[in-house]
This record gives sequence, structure tokens and C-alpha cells, in this order.
Amino acid sequence: MEKVKIKICCGTSCFVMGAAQIQVLEFAPPADIADKIEIEEARCMNHCKNTTAKYNRGPFVLVNNELIEEANFEKVVNKVREILNQEN
Amino acid sequence: MLIPKNNANQMRTRILVKIVEKFLQGRFADADRIPLELRPKGGEVSRCCIYKDRAILKYRCMASMGFAPEDETDELTSLKEYGERALARQEHATNKLSVITDACSGCIRSRYMVTDACRGCFAKPCQVNCPKQAITIVNGRSTIDPDKCISCGRCQEVCPYHAVIRVPIPCEEACPVGAISKDESGKEHIDPEKCILCGKCLQSCPFGAVVEMSQIVDVLKLLADDDKKVVAMLAPAVLGQFPGTINNLIGALKKLGFADVVEVAVGADITTQKEAAEFIEKMEKGEKMMTTSCCPAYYKAADVHIPEIKPFVSHTRTPMYYTAELLKKEQPECTAVFIGPCLAKRFEAENDPNVDYVLTFEEIGAMLVASGINVTDCEPQEFAKISCAQGRRFPVSGGVAGAVVSLVGDKAEIKPTAINGLNKASIKLLKQYATKGSEFNMVEVMCCEGGCVAGPGCIALAKKSAIMVENYVKTAPDLKDKKD
Ligand code: SF4
Ligand code: SF4
Ligand code: FES
Repeated sequence: MEKVKIKICCGTSCFVMGAAQIQVLEFAPPADIADKIEIEEARCMNHCKNTTAKYNRGPFVLVNNELIEEANFEKVVNKVREILNQEN
Repeated sequence: MLIPKNNANQMRTRILVKIVEKFLQGRFADADRIPLELRPKGGEVSRCCIYKDRAILKYRCMASMGFAPEDETDELTSLKEYGERALARQEHATNKLSVITDACSGCIRSRYMVTDACRGCFAKPCQVNCPKQAITIVNGRSTIDPDKCISCGRCQEVCPYHAVIRVPIPCEEACPVGAISKDESGKEHIDPEKCILCGKCLQSCPFGAVVEMSQIVDVLKLLADDDKKVVAMLAPAVLGQFPGTINNLIGALKKLGFADVVEVAVGADITTQKEAAEFIEKMEKGEKMMTTSCCPAYYKAADVHIPEIKPFVSHTRTPMYYTAELLKKEQPECTAVFIGPCLAKRFEAENDPNVDYVLTFEEIGAMLVASGINVTDCEPQEFAKISCAQGRRFPVSGGVAGAVVSLVGDKAEIKPTAINGLNKASIKLLKQYATKGSEFNMVEVMCCEGGCVAGPGCIALAKKSAIMVENYVKTAPDLKDKKD
């Protein structure tokens, strides 16, 4: 089975707004998804620059190309589980 | 511990970004929109309703502008007005931490509770063993009278069904020194005399009720003033706190308006040299041990809560002290801003005439975000003074003791240990070391578990930052080879 790709934006805006904490997935992912994910650090994806103060919707994370806004650990894990459940 | 920051802590970053944004866009003319923008109509709500959320956000904004929620005399004072007052003041707030009483949910007073698992059994060991007769049977089930309960936990120990649970109060549980406690109405208050500013309550409250009074507006004002020369002193825990390299970061800070950037690791090298010399001298005099002194939270804890250990605390000053001293010697007219992971540095700075302001990495992060600066894109620049491996390793547990050991060499017998995090148990242990002695004679103490890389003002995960610190150490010269 193909792994779910998690792209955590690590541009300054996203990193400061909370992406840095989502990196906990690299060290302590929930056991049920641990071997089913692939984590990648992304450079600024420019979502933070689109309109004025767009950074307020960060941090941005891509889970299999689905964009999560105001991402946090919980939201990312839930998205991964949703994708995995669909596949089964 | 690998638990990401809770949502209440993440909200603090968002608020700081908004504060900087409103400053840059019009010197707080629009500041009263912040609560609305962070809790827009139809959006998520985290308390009973959107209006309470917004009311509490207003208090959190006040704190980010440097005002304690209890400073409020008129509820109608607008954020715009607070912003103007913040810009007008010459001295920053002396208040450091506070609790927003309306945000504190007043987590239940009684710490023990009987759950549904209670079978209302015949033996009733809980009732029999309670020394205060706090347990009565209501509807066939044991109930604890919170006014009588002294939280001794006997009932929990004896219940064969494990029906009694202990409900902790997160902030009180986290506080290593009993500085936060409830008033008559059940709301938490911090006693500034006892508080060591470790920031543990701030990180632990699930309601975001504990706030720090920031100096961010004071520094923003200075940065915007072309006549002022503001210098950033970067604590060694900075590695990994921002994307890009530390050299990119120098460029980014200059874009924010800092005239110069220096590394506190340089001062840490001086601390190492002096502390090693002090250790050798003390051992020659026959003293039984010495503890480090660079963690201001520990320094105050020793002063107020562990008097037994006081005679053993090193007299060597901190890396921040030596860095600021050097800086002010070279550039006496500058404003020195310490940037680190630490809240306790705030009161150390108050007693250090060379340090003018203290900001956290998080606060600098908020400035970068609101100014649209991407660190990786910034021109890499070099520090004027190069720090050594010893100073660079200060922010990880074991780093300070390790540095001293490397310089002491065989000039004295050194048996080091590290207290990795102050909590109720490690404070007890320190008392024991002081009164009964131990097998160690060099005790490093860091209040944050993991070291400064795990401080309350950090952005990155402690683990990530620690890896970056170690990489940075590898590229540094050895202090032992340094000639001065
Ligand atoms: S953790 Fe403490 S400050 Fe926070 S809601 Fe509970 S009692 Fe109040
Ligand atoms: S000592 Fe630490 S946990 Fe206790 S009140 Fe002060 S900052 Fe909070
Ligand atoms: S920093 Fe993440 S989109 Fe720009």
C-alpha cells in the first residue's frame, strides 16, 4: 500500500504559527499510522502570501495534496486516518 | 516529553502576530478588531460562546501589550487605547505573569472524586479510612465533601474497584514551587514572591488562562525609530527555532530593524572559564560541591525555596550577563534585547543594568510573520565574534556541566551530574544533596526538562532544536585551544 504523504510547510510563517509543533509526527506518530506515513518538510508554498494577512490561515500542511489550513497535530492525524479508512 | 503545544499556546502566537500586524498597519488604530478577527462570526468557538471567547482574547491582547488583566480599571478601555499607552510608556511592565480570572475555569477544588465505578459496597473502606469523615453515601454511592477533603488520597488507595480518581489542577500540578493557588472564589493566583517564572503553568493550563506580560510593543517601537540602535543578543537555544541557518537569521533580524546581532554563546564561553576556575578554587578549599548558576529560574528557586543549597550555588554570572557586559563596553549607547526561550530571564534582566529588554523566540517569530520575512531568503551574515563548542552546548541538559568538566580537566577531581528539570521531586533531591551530601561535586541544574531548548518561549520541538545545537557544536572551535 502506498504511504500517505504529509508535507509540512516549514517556511517562516507556517513554522512559527505551529508547523514546528506538527513535526512531532516525525518522532512520535500515533501507533496506528506510524508506518503508513511519509513526512516531508516543504519550503514556503506561497499560501501565506496570497492576500493580505493570509498567514493568519497558516500553518499549511498538505496531506496527499489536500491542503489543510490552520493545521495542527490533531487535524493532520484525522486527515490521514480518513484517507486510510477510504482505502480500506 | 513529546507533546506538542496545546491549542491555547498556539493561540498565543496568533495573538502576538496580530499585535505586530496592528502596530505596523497603523500603530494600533485597528487593534480592537483583533478579537473579532481571531474569532470571526460563524467560526469555531472554544468556550461557551463567541462573546466570551472574544472577551478573553481582549485580555490576552492586553497582556501581549504588556498590561496585566488586573490592571484594568475601566472595562470600556479599548485595545487601541492600551496600544497608545504602551507606545507612550518609557518603562516596560514589571508584572510578569498573571491569570485571567474569567478564563480560569477554576478547575475543581477537591482533588479526589468518586466515579461511576463505585458499587456502593458493603465494606465501604473509603468511608472507614477517611480521616476527615468527608465521605457520605448519597443514592447508594460514595460522595466526597470537598470542604472536608484534605486530599490525602486514602480513599483512592483502599477502593477495591479503583472507583476513586484524583483530578489534578493542571497549573498547580505543574508548578514546582507551589506559587500558584486558588483564592476563596476558586480562581488561581500567582504569588510573585514565590514564582520562579519557569512558565510551566503557562504551558499547562488547558484554558490559556495564564498569560505573560510581553515587552514586544516596547521593542517594536524602538525598532521603528531610526535614531535608536537596537542590538539582538541571541541565546544559544536559537538553533532550530527558525527555518534556515543561524546566518540567515542574522539577516532576517537586521531586516526587522536590529542594528547588530550577537551570540550569547560567546558569554557562555566566559561563564565556562570562570565557573571552571571557581570550581577548582572551591575544591582546593575543601568544599563538598558546587551547583551551576546560569538558569535564573533555578537561581531564584534556590534563593526562595531551597535555602539549604544556596551556599553551594556558583557566584559566576550568566552567559547573558557577560554578553551584555561586552556589548555595552563596545557600544554603550545601544539598546540590548535578549532573545531567548526563557521567561525567568525577565527578572534577571531587571537586575542587570546592561540588558534592556527580554523577548522570546516566539515573539521574534511573530514579528517575522507579520513583516512577511522568510528567514531562508535572507542574506546570510556572520557574527563578529565566534563562539566555542562549550558555549554552544549550554542549552541542552548536561551541556553546562560538560563544558566545565572539559576545562577543569585534571586540575581537580570532578564528579558531575545534571538535574534535568525542576519539579517537586528534584527540588527534594537538591535539598538532600545540600544537607546529606552525594557522590557528586558538580551539579548542573536546569529548570526546563531537556534544557533551555525546551523553554516556554520556544517555537521548535525541543528534540529538533537539540539536534541542531549538536550540529552547531560540531563546527565550533574548542575553548581549550582559545588564547586570549
Ligand atoms: S489550569 Fe489552573 S489556571 Fe487553568 S483553568 Fe485550571 S485552575 Fe484555572
Ligand atoms: S513558578 Fe512556574 S509554574 Fe509556578 S507560578 Fe511561577 S511560572 Fe507558574
Ligand atoms: S510559510 Fe507556509 S505557505 Fe508560506
